[in-house]
Amino acid sequence: MTGSHIPDALANRLATATPPKLAARVRGLSDKAIAWLFITPTMILLLAINIFPLIWTIRLSFTNFRANRTNAVVKGIGLDNYTSILTDPDIWAAMQSTAHFVFWTITLQTLIGFTLAYLLDRKFRGHGFWTTIILIPMMLSPAVVGNFWRFLYQPQIGLFNYIISFFTGVDPSSFEMIGSVTLAPWSIIIVDTWMWTPYVMLICLAGLRSIPDYIYEAAEVDRASTWRQFWSITIPMALPFIMLAVLFRGIENFKMFDMVNLLTSGGPGSTTEVASITLKREAFEKWRTGFSSAFAIILFVTVFGLANIYVKALNQVKSR
Amino acid sequence: MRKLVASAIALAASAFVAVAPTASSAKTITLCWAAWDPANALVELSKDFTAKSGVDMKFEFVPWPNFADRMLNELNSKGKLCDLLIGDSQWIGGAAENGHYVKLNDFFGKEGIKMDDFMPATVLGYSEWPKGTPNYWALPAMGDALGWTYRKDWFAKPELRAEFKKQYNRELEVPKTLDELTDIAKFFQGREVDGKKVYGAAIFTERGSEGITMGVSNFLYPNGFKYQDPKKPYSMEGFVNSDGAVKGLEAYKALYKCCTPPGYTDAYMGEGLDAFKSGQVALQMNWFAFFPGLYKDEKVGGDKIGFFVNPKGAAGSGSQLGGQGLSVVSYSPNQKEALDYIKWFANPDVQKKWWSMGGYSAHKAVLNDPGFAKTAPFAADFLVAMGQVVDFWADPSYAQLLLAEQKRIHDYVVADKGTAKEALDGIIKDWTKVFKDDGKL
Repeated sequence: MTGSHIPDALANRLATATPPKLAARVRGLSDKAIAWLFITPTMILLLAINIFPLIWTIRLSFTNFRANRTNAVVKGIGLDNYTSILTDPDIWAAMQSTAHFVFWTITLQTLIGFTLAYLLDRKFRGHGFWTTIILIPMMLSPAVVGNFWRFLYQPQIGLFNYIISFFTGVDPSSFEMIGSVTLAPWSIIIVDTWMWTPYVMLICLAGLRSIPDYIYEAAEVDRASTWRQFWSITIPMALPFIMLAVLFRGIENFKMFDMVNLLTSGGPGSTTEVASITLKREAFEKWRTGFSSAFAIILFVTVFGLANIYVKALNQVKSR
Repeated sequence: MRKLVASAIALAASAFVAVAPTASSAKTITLCWAAWDPANALVELSKDFTAKSGVDMKFEFVPWPNFADRMLNELNSKGKLCDLLIGDSQWIGGAAENGHYVKLNDFFGKEGIKMDDFMPATVLGYSEWPKGTPNYWALPAMGDALGWTYRKDWFAKPELRAEFKKQYNRELEVPKTLDELTDIAKFFQGREVDGKKVYGAAIFTERGSEGITMGVSNFLYPNGFKYQDPKKPYSMEGFVNSDGAVKGLEAYKALYKCCTPPGYTDAYMGEGLDAFKSGQVALQMNWFAFFPGLYKDEKVGGDKIGFFVNPKGAAGSGSQLGGQGLSVVSYSPNQKEALDYIKWFANPDVQKKWWSMGGYSAHKAVLNDPGFAKTAPFAADFLVAMGQVVDFWADPSYAQLLLAEQKRIHDYVVADKGTAKEALDGIIKDWTKVFKDDGKL
């Protein structure tokens, strides 16, 4: 920002209010120095809470360090941790569970979220009220959501089982959503979809509202059908927003922990043990700090790499 | 103005006088434990210590599912939150080797506290590391073992007794063997009692912490499971996966499949208590520590509840050890006061009061009293159970060993993956890796 943007009166007031000594000192600084002065605290904070831990984690990932054995000798073990992780079938199973969870939650949330946004974009009576109602789930804490869905899924008293029973006629206690190997992965997908579809819907709604009306008016003059307008105007123009929502939800769900932990603890067996639950167990229950650091780095590189590829694709779509 | 200044000084002086006694009052020490019934009893009991010593007591109680995570984090970060810690028996190896607990041998010697005064199983389980050596890191504080409760009132119903006899050709009584226990659970499963559908048994199936391991052990030990070759430490082949152990694991799965309430896939002590207290189940597996509270329960306690020791299996008896020892945290700045607390707690009179208030004393002055067995309906069973307890590994790597078993057993019992033999073979594989990493193999 340059001085020319500040109104003269305000600039004069600031100059008068600045102590003469400080003013003299600041006056002697170059623009670059002042810029550094302003960004240094942020840089220090960033280095302290982001960059340093990252470098430290990378360092630990090449050692046998255990945070619960501070007296033990820490040895460098090269790539052993990385080799163990990449050849561990349990880790691959956890990655598969994560991929299944991420794929289905994103697919369902995008489809339902966009549909809801499309419906809400038709300004009908009370649409503001319905938008607020739909947004409620995402305002709740994942801990609360995990706990109350646990009750909803309870085969004897759970509302979910009774609703399914009402529509299908099956005995409500004849199936267990979080206790069955087949249904448990879907139970977490349902909860995440219920909670985060409104978020996707909001972003899509913003995208739909950003499409200028005159484009539709021009299409109508050209006698384009509603279907044609949808495919040729709505989808292409809302696509960057949809892709952004997919990116946000993809990153979020790749590191999903709290809700799954409260709902299934990774069970039954290891059926819903997503990568972050495995990571937590390795790091803070088994205390394999070096091993878990390597796993964290692998997850970070995976998310970072995929997100980068995706952002490039997103930019291409936007530039069209 | 002068008046105003004088008033201000007077006000400040009176405030100082009011605050002064607090500032100069006795020290406060913090005792950390799990949040459960015995902890509330300990709060009451500790008032005597404060009255006697002038040391105030503060308590930090953490719910069981988070207890290990919270406290082990505290110890590993050398935190000063806890001066005294009633830690789980399996933590003793790690806490001793990593310097988290103060070694108590010299203190015991100086104060005349003898480990011979405590029940041997509790000294071995809660105090010693390495096991079987006279190196003490805790005072046995809360003896505990796994036991069973049953609906005595249901067992007494003539129509049910008659039907059971007709079906199984024996009386509906407390089971003497694990097979009999399963029969009883099968008998009650899905039956209507007092107009309500009930289920057979509430057993441990929890995945996240230690639940299913603590449950299945009570079917493994009596069927011949052993952690290692007694002659060759850390040699597990043929002991962990013996034929008996395989049968024990299969029996546990059979009980889970046939006779637990719907949705019982991730249940531990809390869920067991809920199921029993709400009148859903005929049998409940749980820790003796909860039995005083259950006996007092208005709906299912008193004459309606009965207790029994874990029944025998093909290879004899065995119950999972619970319970904890009382340790001084080595990072505490109040070690003197903490040791004073241990000295006070070890006193036989305090131990008698501890038992009378609902805590499970491990002191022989309490347990060997001729009248002890009649002090509570579960007292005699507690003595029997403590005579047959077996504990999980207490090595510094116990958490890795425990999580490996949790996964293998839950995969087999709840998620139907593989066979019992494969699950036990898998446990040996995982444990061998841990012991190799630790340089013990």
